[in-house]
Amino acid sequence: MTPTTVIVGASLAGINAARTLRLQGQLGPIVVVDADPERPYDRPPLSKQILTGEWEPEKILLPAGKEDLNLDFRLGTRAKALDLASRQIILEGPTGALETSSFDSLVIASGASARRLPDTAGIAGVHVVRTLADSLALRAELDAGPFRVVVIGAGFIGAEVASSCRKRGLDVTLVEALPLPLERILGAEMGQVCAQVHIENGVDLRLDTGVLQIETSSVDGVERVRAVVLSDGTVVEAEVVVVGIGVTVNTQWLEGSGIALDDGVMCDNTLLAAPDVVAAGDIARYPSARFGRTLRVEHWETAIAGGEAAARRLLAEASGETPAVFDPVPWFWSDQYDRKIQLAGRPMPTDECRIVHGTTAEFRFVALYGDGDRLTGVLGMNRPRHVVQLRALFDEGVSFSEACERAAAL
Amino acid sequence: MRIVVDFDLCESNAVCMGIAPEIFEVRDDDFLYVLNENPPESMRAKMEESVQRCPKQAISIAED
Ligand SMILES: Cc1cc2nc3c(=O)[nH]c(=O)nc-3n(C[C@H](O)[C@H](O)[C@H](O)COP(=O)(O)OP(=O)(O)OC[C@H]3O[C@@H](n4cnc5c(N)ncnc54)[C@H](O)[C@@H]3O)c2cc1C
Ligand code: SF4
Repeated sequence: MTPTTVIVGASLAGINAARTLRLQGQLGPIVVVDADPERPYDRPPLSKQILTGEWEPEKILLPAGKEDLNLDFRLGTRAKALDLASRQIILEGPTGALETSSFDSLVIASGASARRLPDTAGIAGVHVVRTLADSLALRAELDAGPFRVVVIGAGFIGAEVASSCRKRGLDVTLVEALPLPLERILGAEMGQVCAQVHIENGVDLRLDTGVLQIETSSVDGVERVRAVVLSDGTVVEAEVVVVGIGVTVNTQWLEGSGIALDDGVMCDNTLLAAPDVVAAGDIARYPSARFGRTLRVEHWETAIAGGEAAARRLLAEASGETPAVFDPVPWFWSDQYDRKIQLAGRPMPTDECRIVHGTTAEFRFVALYGDGDRLTGVLGMNRPRHVVQLRALFDEGVSFSEACERAAAL
Repeated sequence: MRIVVDFDLCESNAVCMGIAPEIFEVRDDDFLYVLNENPPESMRAKMEESVQRCPKQAISIAED
């Protein structure tokens, strides 16, 4: 009998794992399970072009999901539990019926979900943005032209939602608990620049501010948001609230299965989590020799690369080849207003940050991060060419000071 | 093989340039230039990788 692979998660990592398995010659059944009933789609546009209304959902279908790869899709089906010893997985179908499915190999690609504010479930007008349904529900409310949108959390998703709302001409209050946005990722100096970008684009930015409470009122029997009470006592009235306070990994179905979990699925440096079980994408935590710690990377490109690498890992196991180490240079982009922010690498907020090209005043620059003489990050604002070229320095093993010189010469 | 870029979709994020600088170049004007629309067959794997990794699905390969 040909071996069966089950893939949990039909998003970026799962689909790319499926595609790689097929193209590399796996003949047996590939069952792709996803709780979301939609055909596999791409998430970055959910906070950008879908929200602004520039694109319709048709446009964000994942290309690999449209290819004829002979995959057995089980959409609207949730993985509930895993039995590693017997290699079985319990699935809950769209009707709620449970079924047991056997596998020879398993790809864990169930990603992450948006974190919500406590005690806000069921309040109309309070949104998160993680799924297509989330984005369309928010878009419908933005179409109605609310007088104000409050965005809670100025991380990448919150910043993009604020940007999309401003593009629609809506008034936005952006609330951030930290003294500066993205401080934990980019450090204080660049956090300051990101704050300035919001302010220049007409956002009412409230830093160092928490949320005490969501006030509601009853409209036609529906409990609806009316205002947000901030930690400094201010009450900001708003018809729509968007919560962008990070994610939690979707590991519930793996609890007690024997798979090691620690804010993600613990993998080895080849993405193997257990014999014949691999993980990829937002859910996978792997040891990075490059950065000297374990990483769990929530980036689009890492999900593709991880999906491919995880599939190759399974194939290597089957063929007895030496598996490849997974340790790419993380890279992502974020579109905010007319600025494109790109970061390659993984700096610590305390790393040294040097502007090597352009100026922050014109919001068009490149900055490098270093820990001692080790290059840890390349940040660009509206400088895509430089980021891509400098990213290659990680693999050349160039020191921080040399990287700064090379960057200045670009 | 011919490389076709949909410039209405392309947002010049230079991912393709990172994969194949011989073919794709984002210049200082922030526009993408295709240096060689007919790359040699030996570059097929890199071209396919560029197609998959373009965040905007802006690149396609035409066979003619
Ligand atoms: C709004 C938004 C904007 C983004 N913008 C950018 C950007 O500009 N640049 C960038 O680099 N990255 C961006 N990202 C991040 C990027 O989209 C993610 O890193 C990527 O989607 C991760 O893919 P994944 O397949 O690992 O996980 P996910 O995309 O989270 O997919 C996991 C899938 O598993 C399914 N699932 C979960 N639990 C179960 C279960 N028990 N049973 C069955 N199915 C299950 C879910 O329904 C989901 O479809 C953005 C993300 C979001 C949400
Ligand atoms: S990767 Fe795609 S969007 Fe980016 S520059 Fe190349 S063609 Fe344009």
